[in-house]
Amino acid sequence: MGGTTPSGVRAVCSHDEDTATMGVEAARITLSSLSGSINPSAVWFSSSNPPYMDKTNANVIHAALQLDTNAAAYDFGGAEKSGIGALKAALDSSKTLLLIQSDIRTGLPSSEDEGHGGDAASALLIGGEDDGDLIARYLGGSSANEEFIGRWRNPHEPNSKSWEERFVVTKYLQLIDSAWQEALSVTELSSGDISTVVISGSNNRAKNQISKILGVEKPRIDLFEDVGIAGTADATLLLTHALETSESGEIIALVVLSDGIEVLLFEAGNQKNQSKDTISSQINSRNEITYQRFLQWKGNLDVQPPNRPAPSRISASAAARESEWKHGFIASKAEKSGMIHMPPSRVSANPEDRIDTMDPISMANTSGHVVTYTVDRLVYSESPPVVFAVVDFVGGGRIPIELTDIDPEDVSIGMEVIPTFRKVFTADGIHNYFWKVRPARQ
Amino acid sequence: MASNGIKDKVAIISIGCTPFREHWDKSRDDLVIDAVKHTFDGVNLASEDIDAYWIGTAQSGMSGLTLSMPLKLEGKPVTRVENFCATGSEALRQACYAVASGAYDTAMAVGVEKVKDSGYQGLNAFPIPTAGTNRTLTAAAMYRLVLPAYAKKYGVDEGELRMVVAKIAEKNHFNGARNPLAQFRREMSAEAICDMAAVAGQLSVFDCAGVADGAAAAIVVPADKAYEYTDKPLFIKALSLVSGNGSGLMDPEYDYTTFPECAAAAQDAYLQAGITNPREELALAEVHDCFTPTELILMEDLKFSERGQGWEDVLNGDFALDGAIPVNTDGGLKSFGHPVGASGIRMHYECWLQLRREAPAERQISDTSRNLGLVHNLGGYPGEMVSFVSILGTEKG
Repeated sequence: MGGTTPSGVRAVCSHDEDTATMGVEAARITLSSLSGSINPSAVWFSSSNPPYMDKTNANVIHAALQLDTNAAAYDFGGAEKSGIGALKAALDSSKTLLLIQSDIRTGLPSSEDEGHGGDAASALLIGGEDDGDLIARYLGGSSANEEFIGRWRNPHEPNSKSWEERFVVTKYLQLIDSAWQEALSVTELSSGDISTVVISGSNNRAKNQISKILGVEKPRIDLFEDVGIAGTADATLLLTHALETSESGEIIALVVLSDGIEVLLFEAGNQKNQSKDTISSQINSRNEITYQRFLQWKGNLDVQPPNRPAPSRISASAAARESEWKHGFIASKAEKSGMIHMPPSRVSANPEDRIDTMDPISMANTSGHVVTYTVDRLVYSESPPVVFAVVDFVGGGRIPIELTDIDPEDVSIGMEVIPTFRKVFTADGIHNYFWKVRPARQ
Repeated sequence: MASNGIKDKVAIISIGCTPFREHWDKSRDDLVIDAVKHTFDGVNLASEDIDAYWIGTAQSGMSGLTLSMPLKLEGKPVTRVENFCATGSEALRQACYAVASGAYDTAMAVGVEKVKDSGYQGLNAFPIPTAGTNRTLTAAAMYRLVLPAYAKKYGVDEGELRMVVAKIAEKNHFNGARNPLAQFRREMSAEAICDMAAVAGQLSVFDCAGVADGAAAAIVVPADKAYEYTDKPLFIKALSLVSGNGSGLMDPEYDYTTFPECAAAAQDAYLQAGITNPREELALAEVHDCFTPTELILMEDLKFSERGQGWEDVLNGDFALDGAIPVNTDGGLKSFGHPVGASGIRMHYECWLQLRREAPAERQISDTSRNLGLVHNLGGYPGEMVSFVSILGTEKG
């Protein structure tokens, strides 16, 4: 990092990710941990840094997850607090809802925002007892609000500004008692019942002082050293982390300092997230990048691109026709020969099959291995070079496809890879989303 | 393979070719006119003497107007054809079939490409609106896919294989240095090529074909009338074309150490021409060395080398001017340059020069016992390509 050097490491959104693709990956982890199949009635996407304005970002997430056509898709945008606001609205609803909270943090080189911020997404499936065993039960919560100028950013501005921290802290300190007491009151709990307090927010000084007031020496759950402060996604990321490490029956208080205070109380349930991609395992399998590459990815350092034409915008009608493949990674499998075709095809390469005798088959949750590969230092890319691999999938199917999240020196024939939903490029303001593969986490 | 062949039905009576260069001072029309003029001069014909025309260009023009307007043709049928980098051969192929059918007595195939006006390096396809799910790699990176696969399958050290393909570039630069029309006329050592900055895997820019502007043209007539125009016509012994179904992209059986479309096109051509041992029967081969790994694989697909032996044959010098079967005696795409629409006809031009013993002395192949030449011209990428093979001979059977 430039300027001040805070301790720890920070999570960085890759050049081919945005808040929508990170949200898809988070949701894939959440949904893969379910024992049965649950069809949420809606997907709610919250971000202070959405890929599109006007156009609904939740739609591409809906398509990537191949949710039911009748499942709704909505964005909650703008303020960081839209994340916790969506969570509270979902918890008060009787519907089964998929919540995705995602953020990419900005900040000028050497700024405190740059040093403190971390890019992350979390996904929570909100439902009732009818949906199965719960990971956590929501007991109730509170809000405390007041207008004050703490952090702000105008539309079209890349970076936020903050008022003097010492003033902002006083506003949170004035509100905490009211919020805390109200939460205890509505849940009929006392402070002694709370086993874990999780405090989320962008203001470290306020978080430290409030943890003392609430009698927590140091919040047990803190990802500042491993991820950074994740804006819209921060509160639910910390809650997810707390639930991954808590015992059944423990009471967890989530305190969110974001233009006012939100308190939510949960009781940890019997169910645990079954995915092997826990927050800890993801932190432990991280790749590190140089500060130069970080600046490049954040758009704070322009580098000379290869002398090749930039890609043209994709066709809306072609993308709509191919949505199952493009967004859902749905291939086709010939009925008779069983040959899998990627991309899906009406006509089989095996002559024993007849035309139009193909069934759709999802490749999104498969894994494969590298057959051969290449490294392209000439082709247009927002972060050259491009690594491309021919991948054979377990259970059939082959595709030559971009291999991301990897140093070209580390590719080898036979390595295990899994599909990942990414942004290939942006042209004329249209984001071209499609699947790549990345190394499987060991 | 369902092909009745075209052996000894059609003959080439003249071919012309422009220098392949970064022709900053010549337009596409200039290049077309230069190539056609060169071709007419060889047989003392003029544009009105030709019954029908085919113009091959990948992306420098559309429709027959690309030829009929600059040549000011009157009332002539002109068809523009495109088949990726095999476009030039495709134009010639269409002209041959038109003559063989009896519909025309004289037909001309012209190939042209004006690539250097784009301001970008390499070749750039005209963007067709898509859903954005297609591959966007450069061709160099795609052809490089064969190297790790070949090294692994045949147990060749990857570092050694890198030197092997650099040797292919060294040979083609050696030949190109003896060709006044070639884009690159400087000899390059394999060691120097290996030391250059990598662009695709370990491949450097000198493992890639030159990107040049240029044009070439040929006139074909019925075989039995060929001697009315020239003492030394070249007879078409075979024409074959295979357009792949892309199964290599999705079929796990495909191992990236062969181009099945090329092997199939060669097999068809050998059957048509009655060739059983190409390595010993062919005087030379002009093959599509778009990237150095391509030529290595082609040596096996065209049956000049046993499977897995091509790399050793390269090191042994089997494909040099004085080797067992000289390949790309004019420098190939590597050194001659690659104006896409013109390259296929340019390859036939080299067979024309060599088989008629009219190549410059410093690159004229010395073995006079063989009188057949092979042209291999492909378009596309490993797993998804079109492949053309023709065989030409000096004697009518």
